[in-house]
Amino acid sequence: MATILVHVMPKPEILDPQGKAVGAALPRLGFEGVAQVRQGKRFELTIDGEVTDEVLAKVREAAETLLSNPVIEDVVEVTVAQEPA
Amino acid sequence: MTARIGVVTFPGTLDDRDAARAVRLAGAEAVNLFHADADLKGVDAVVLPGGFSYGDYLRAGAIARFAPIMEKVVDAAHGGMPVLGICNGFQVLTEVHLLPGSMIKNEHLHFICRDQTLRVENAETAWTTEYQDGEEIVIPLKNQDGQYVADESTLDMLEGEGRVAFRYVGWNPNGSRRDIAGITNERGNVVGLMPHPEHAVEAGFGPDSREAGRTGTDGLAFFTSAIKGLLATA
Repeated sequence: MATILVHVMPKPEILDPQGKAVGAALPRLGFEGVAQVRQGKRFELTIDGEVTDEVLAKVREAAETLLSNPVIEDVVEVTVAQEPA
Repeated sequence: MTARIGVVTFPGTLDDRDAARAVRLAGAEAVNLFHADADLKGVDAVVLPGGFSYGDYLRAGAIARFAPIMEKVVDAAHGGMPVLGICNGFQVLTEVHLLPGSMIKNEHLHFICRDQTLRVENAETAWTTEYQDGEEIVIPLKNQDGQYVADESTLDMLEGEGRVAFRYVGWNPNGSRRDIAGITNERGNVVGLMPHPEHAVEAGFGPDSREAGRTGTDGLAFFTSAIKGLLATA
């Protein structure tokens, strides 16, 4: 079993109200100097069997069609997680 | 002949009962359609009501898009059947690509619930013929993910083709691009909007009107528009 990680972020030109709210809360906790926060999503897809190129291609397709909405989000990274030691 | 208008219930839909009631008050038969149904039971039009289908998990409307009933709704919409998406139903219509753009969290981050004034910008869609172009109506608005966004070229296209169906009047409650409250497709049979016409169809239960409290019925003409169009082509 292997795990594929999919990272989705709001498009740079789309205002990210959640990230903005998190950013506004940081100074209240004493974390100064953070210029901007943007909030995205990480999906962990645990796969039966080996991660072949075909499997990765399918995951990329799922990332573009279901896991993200290309109107407002970008799939920034699809990677295979390192096996735990 | 009585027009038959289907109202789809997804897991997490809230306003299906009100939408069905609005359909009946407007003079049509309301037909309950379930997300897992594989056919539209021969209806003449479809309403995708508001709520939180599938808990709004992933993105609002993102999972409802893949419900079995949606494949039939998309086919029927491409064939010209009137389809109205209200609030979460509008979000589903964008996710399934029947309408362009998308909705993100409100600019001010708060859930908002209020009586909202809209301007009808296109009185030629299947759901707006009983209004006048430029008419101002008041219907309830209630959402958290109601900020309509699309890229500039899509917005220009919508404006250029008269496909902005409704615009917020006064304060923009969501931060929507260009004050857009609702849009239509090229053919005018598919309409989506964030505010709720089905909650303004019967005196005593609607928004306040100029005359008295809770007497506003400005939403009823959505449904009578569709029914009139269906009966004219029957």
